[in-house]
Amino acid sequence: MTLDYQIDGPENDDLAKPSQDGVIGADMERRDGRSKVTGAARYAAEHLPEGLLHGFLKRAPGLGAVRIENAEEVRAMPGVKLVLRDARMIRNAAQGTAGEAPVQGVETADYVGQPVALVVAESFETAWHAANRLKVSCNGASLPVLPENGEADDDMQEESVTGEPEAAFAEAEVLVDETYTTPALTSAAMEPHAAVAEWDGDHITLHASLQMLRYNRDELADSLGIASDKVRLRAPFVGGGFGSKLGISAECVAAALAARELGKPVRVVQHRRQVFEVNTRRTETRQRIRLAAGQDGKLTGIGHEARLSNLPGEAFAEPVLQGSYFTYAAPHRLLRSELVRLNRPAAGSVRAPGEAVGVTAFEVAMDELAQKTGLDPVELRLRNLPETDPVSDTPFSSHRLADCLTRGRDSFGWQDRPTQPRQHREGEWWIGTGMAAAVRVNMVMDAEAQVRLTPEGRAVVETDMTDIGTGSYSILGQIAAEGLGLAVQDVDVTLGDTDLPPGSGSGGSVGAASTGTAVWLACEEIRRHIAGLMGCDASDLTLVDGFAICGNSRRSLVELLAGEAVSGRGKLEPGEALEKVRQATWGAVFSEVAVNDITGEVRVRRMHGTFAVGRVLNQRTARSQAQGGMAWGLGLALTENMTHDRRDGHIVNRDLAEYHVPVHADVPHLDVQLLEDADPWAGPLAAKGIGELGICGSGSAILNAIHHACGVRVRDLPATPDRLLAGLT
Amino acid sequence: MQTTLTVNGTRHQLDLDPRVTLLDALRDHLCLTGSKKGCDHGQCGACTVIADGRRINACLTLAVMHDGAELVTVEGLADGESLSPLQQAFLDHDGMQCGYCTPGQLCSATAMLEEVRAGRASHVTGELEGEMRLTREEITERMSGNLCRCACYSGIVAAIEEAATK
Repeated sequence: MTLDYQIDGPENDDLAKPSQDGVIGADMERRDGRSKVTGAARYAAEHLPEGLLHGFLKRAPGLGAVRIENAEEVRAMPGVKLVLRDARMIRNAAQGTAGEAPVQGVETADYVGQPVALVVAESFETAWHAANRLKVSCNGASLPVLPENGEADDDMQEESVTGEPEAAFAEAEVLVDETYTTPALTSAAMEPHAAVAEWDGDHITLHASLQMLRYNRDELADSLGIASDKVRLRAPFVGGGFGSKLGISAECVAAALAARELGKPVRVVQHRRQVFEVNTRRTETRQRIRLAAGQDGKLTGIGHEARLSNLPGEAFAEPVLQGSYFTYAAPHRLLRSELVRLNRPAAGSVRAPGEAVGVTAFEVAMDELAQKTGLDPVELRLRNLPETDPVSDTPFSSHRLADCLTRGRDSFGWQDRPTQPRQHREGEWWIGTGMAAAVRVNMVMDAEAQVRLTPEGRAVVETDMTDIGTGSYSILGQIAAEGLGLAVQDVDVTLGDTDLPPGSGSGGSVGAASTGTAVWLACEEIRRHIAGLMGCDASDLTLVDGFAICGNSRRSLVELLAGEAVSGRGKLEPGEALEKVRQATWGAVFSEVAVNDITGEVRVRRMHGTFAVGRVLNQRTARSQAQGGMAWGLGLALTENMTHDRRDGHIVNRDLAEYHVPVHADVPHLDVQLLEDADPWAGPLAAKGIGELGICGSGSAILNAIHHACGVRVRDLPATPDRLLAGLT
Repeated sequence: MQTTLTVNGTRHQLDLDPRVTLLDALRDHLCLTGSKKGCDHGQCGACTVIADGRRINACLTLAVMHDGAELVTVEGLADGESLSPLQQAFLDHDGMQCGYCTPGQLCSATAMLEEVRAGRASHVTGELEGEMRLTREEITERMSGNLCRCACYSGIVAAIEEAATK
């Protein structure tokens, strides 16, 4: 029995609704937390079957045709089992939800660092040593690696024009016309990409570190040239993803091919330096933003034009304009992006593709407009909020940006802020505050889940959904507990196995709402069955504390089930809601920074975020997600900068000592306020995504605070001391 | 090479390739996979273990260099089913998301609190006389070798502050 459901509108009266004070939304301990604090949680590389062999990927040192001089010699080294070069090996990670093989073949290197071979040996030490001994050269093809030299791809342009934007810019009482750049960025999840491949006849089981198994299974099958039903993926624990594990990567295919050839299980783990190169990065961007406004700050024209890049053959363009369609009202609007083809490592989704850098640049421009008009930055934003989607005129499913702005302002303590910059100094330090709006589009994706109610009255949730740190185990257990009137400890949750129904996977902030709704639907299916046993309508049935109650009848589930298990299956598909309404999540981020007048160093002293994300499913895990996003905003504003060599495009700083993710000492306590919210267009749970919203604007709250502190406007990210010193006088 | 390691109170006799790092000896040879490999060159702290009372990056040292050493890994922090105060505080404050840096954070924090109790100064310590105060600044300075990309720093620091009082 499967209950199919599409979100077509705000009404779903035939489905039960979660109660306001139930277990959904409670501040609860992370279900998988105990296994994580004791070291019991096993990640991909920690599956150690008997006879395991170890593979090490070899990278291309240059571009063009690849030549390996001494493969035979390396193969003959003691302990070495295989030097694999196979036309099915993949060049880089698959794009999110591709569901098919990415570009295959490693006889040429399209970017420096591309895998070109796999060396397999009896031990990890021998494999690594042998891979180092492999002599690889490239013919040095001269390919474009600089954005200014790349050719724009006609098939990857985006343009939307409303009204007469150029006239609006020409006639504006106040005009902001600035260009912002953001560098290439990387996910840098703590767990390196890893795969352990084991064949049983023509079936393969791959323990891997992946975010979206339903698509990954098809990607691996297509790469290997076998049917998807011969592939089983397992990923019960994933050490972070942030987009870099949306699609299968080189280690998955290489491990599978080697294990097949050698008839033994093979493990391949990407070295940290390979993690930087082989998996998709966030493109660098160049964004020209024009804001035309009256003296009252009301926008008359919005212009947002962006230049992006990607590797030839990759069908992904960072949707950098996404937030600029609907955040602010303006009668005239020009949105345009172009993508140039460069032979740098492939670009793809990194946490909040689009808004993370698009909203960040835009919200700095808004701060520049506030400065030019003399308006308070919060007030400026409040004056420009649209009633309906400004481009399509469709209604918003729920619009909470004004609430976030005002509630956030009150919580942060914004009222006594001086309007002008450079007003507050403590010793060597300039002190200032800044803010930004945060917006992120919201969507759901196909998701299925099964719930089994055992004769003992316990429930088991089963789906191939992953928990990449997001809290899937916790919230899916809470949803099933509430749906069936059980205690959370009477619910088991099994995830990360393609033998189970295909969940949405984790990506694009869709996981909780999509797979969560599928679990709720599966429970609804069971509720209907129990109502039948009780002889009443499902709408009259109450399930609580392991009992079913209809009118005056109250029976325990164990008694009702009489030794039989009941299972239900839920299936969610995106419906017409996508076309009927504009749906997003909302927030406002505030920060206080200190800028050292002598060194140009920036310290973030305080940071506050107020967010509206629909119904919160677990206060504790949701808050952590929001904090994580805010810290990513801090990294985007101050520290993160993936640098490409100007000659061959290789990533210069491909490790964690050179690519600076925020550390303990960089991050102040991150104060988070989650507004009570429910989006009627988000299905029976009324929940939306939260994993990405925190990064969509928080960087600009810091950049704007820097300007307020010391008067230096940083438009080229990140705001490192050298860039600040250039402006400090 | 013959090497003896005592890990979480259990003595292990190993015959290891001298190239095997302490981290790989724990993970691949003793199947103690709680200690994590995040970068394999001492930049992330996920592999932090406690060797003879000091926190170290297990990826940056060879197993054979620790012949006879007493090691504590994340698997040895709890007393049977009873979690250490730090482990419990990590749960209470949600000092983790993906969990991959968590064992390193826990081992690091466990040894760090001992360092403070022993009065060892850090870069941000102002007053060297008298009892050392465990300020937020001290905690974040001393824990900055343990990266968390999920950025659970607020929860981790709150957990350490709470556990330090127990």
